[in-house]
Amino acid sequence: MADNTKAAEERVLMKGNEVLAEAAMRAGCRFFFGYPITPQTELAAYMAKRLPKIGGTFLQAESEVAAINMVYGAGAAGARVMTSSSSPGVSLKSEGASYMAGADVPGVIVNVMRGGPGLGGIQPSQSDYFQATRALGHGDYFMPVLAPSTVQEMADLIYLAFDLADEYRTPTMILADGMIGQMMEPVSLPPARDPKTLPTKPWATAGHKGERAHNVINSLYLSPEKLEDTNRERFERYEKIRATQQRQELMMCDDAEIVVVAFGAASRIARTAVRDARAKGIKAGLLRPITLWPYPTDAIDKVIDNGAKRFLSVELNMGQMVEDVRLAVAGRASVDFYGRTGGVLPTPEEVLAQIEALAEGRPVAPSAGGSATGSVLPAPIDRKSSYERGE
Amino acid sequence: MAKTNPVTLPDYQVERIGAQIGADETIVSARPHALSDAIFNYCPGCTHGIVNRLVAECIDELGIEGTTVGIAPVGCSVMAYDFFNCDMIEAAHGRAPAVATGVKRVHPENVVFAYQGDGDLASIGTAETVHAATRGEKITVIFINNAIYGMTGGQMAPTSLPNQVTQTSPYGRDVNSAGYPVRISELLSTLDGVAYVERVTCDSTAHIRAAKKAIKKAFQTQIDGLGYSMVEVVATCPTNWGMTPQAAFQWLRDNMLPYYPLGVYKDVVADGYANAAEAALERAKDCPIAQQNKED
Repeated sequence: MADNTKAAEERVLMKGNEVLAEAAMRAGCRFFFGYPITPQTELAAYMAKRLPKIGGTFLQAESEVAAINMVYGAGAAGARVMTSSSSPGVSLKSEGASYMAGADVPGVIVNVMRGGPGLGGIQPSQSDYFQATRALGHGDYFMPVLAPSTVQEMADLIYLAFDLADEYRTPTMILADGMIGQMMEPVSLPPARDPKTLPTKPWATAGHKGERAHNVINSLYLSPEKLEDTNRERFERYEKIRATQQRQELMMCDDAEIVVVAFGAASRIARTAVRDARAKGIKAGLLRPITLWPYPTDAIDKVIDNGAKRFLSVELNMGQMVEDVRLAVAGRASVDFYGRTGGVLPTPEEVLAQIEALAEGRPVAPSAGGSATGSVLPAPIDRKSSYERGE
Repeated sequence: MAKTNPVTLPDYQVERIGAQIGADETIVSARPHALSDAIFNYCPGCTHGIVNRLVAECIDELGIEGTTVGIAPVGCSVMAYDFFNCDMIEAAHGRAPAVATGVKRVHPENVVFAYQGDGDLASIGTAETVHAATRGEKITVIFINNAIYGMTGGQMAPTSLPNQVTQTSPYGRDVNSAGYPVRISELLSTLDGVAYVERVTCDSTAHIRAAKKAIKKAFQTQIDGLGYSMVEVVATCPTNWGMTPQAAFQWLRDNMLPYYPLGVYKDVVADGYANAAEAALERAKDCPIAQQNKED
């Protein structure tokens, strides 16, 4: 009990966007380049206020394009650096993200998602899942994508994002949404990193001082073989990330037959629905991916081993993560989707109704005008390739 | 004493100008230390090579190779990261001033330069150019204006002259449809963050010397923290202009220089100010809020 009191004293009530900013600074970030857009505004405002007071730099760039290229420059120069935006602005950052990936420059990109496509709306959404997890820009690359579902996780995950970015020399994304960004919750902030404990970066372009050969930060390889080698090396790093960095939360999944998969804001609604389903005697569970890339496929395997027969992906979009669920499930169970989009949030009752439908073998409701996806349990498929089958 | 065998010049990285390499042989001209021994990929007669060398000579003479970070975005000079011995960053098309801003804000003690062509600086990167300049970023931009896209094979550039024939203006640049060329030195000279802008060329020894002087001054402007500095080099592209190098220089003199007159477009020190900020304050002397002292 004493511990609880102590913990309670250290907790502060803060807005999600502001927590991203505060925790980033505690992780050693001293450089922020951004451009105004709703609903991430509070993050930039907090940085503008605080960074100059702790010896950092806040710069409002002329565009998202310029901001991400400033991140590229600062990251190349060896700094812990970040930018933040919301969906339409993140599209503009995609060029720079590709160059960062191609030149192995670390940096953190925050997307506080709103509805789309186009200018869309300003209400919470998860419609940039594909954009985030399938490489933000052009070319053969991925980047770690972390999806907070609470204000506390805003702090924990951006703190982690800077470490992942540096360790794997990659841009890293926080994929939040307008709901988590705008809400206030109690949070325990992580300790401030001593800048001296941050990783050294001998590859950085900060002037060779006559002490080493010149460093080059570059993504151009005119020799196809060299470019292929570079990409292969990067994908070996991705394999390490896949093997070691999958993160998820499992709730009531030990004996779950129906597993709801949801991240971020949608997972908060799904959590209530799963509890309500349990109260009605339905063996439901929640699988909440925390890393969207790498996708927590090991956890999907685990819940299938535990007896999961049906998956329901609940998202604030028209069905994006459901494709990763299908890939991970690989025909071993049925996969359905339920989503609301445009900034509309489903109620727990809506989600519960879909769980009940699955429990009773009925199809789930169509999502916002779409047709229901097939919920009939398919026959086991032969997962061998045609080559392995000797065809 | 006459030499019968060709002299194999020593490693320029070790032997410097003035070094005695034989009984009666002294090196009088050598590749600058800041220029690597990589072979230029520029076409014969291209002025990029000259300007690359001038930049390297200035880096040598200012003794700043160890603190310099160069940025080369997309264009014929994209592989400049191989040509300079200082730290180098390759950037996306047009984004060099933003990348330079990132580097300079992290390491204000570094000397940061961007080396950009006309399509890069004056078309796709206009926003980055104008805003780095107006922020007074303490960076140096070397702007190669040869009125054409070289690397992609000779398309119309933002600085292509009226009636200039290019691959994408096959009947000549029609100003009624394609508009007019952008005069970047004139444009940037109106911005308060700018400390020094000069337009030079390199069609003759005298002009090459003047160009070097301007480049060195631009670097010094940055080192002294006076504000943004840019040198526009009116250059040739014999390959895509479809001319011999000699004819290209003559075309440059006949057509480019009248449209892009050489000269200093802004020099706050020559104007009697300590730096760009002081000149900006003077220009805004009737604006009370601009006169507020932040230290108050």
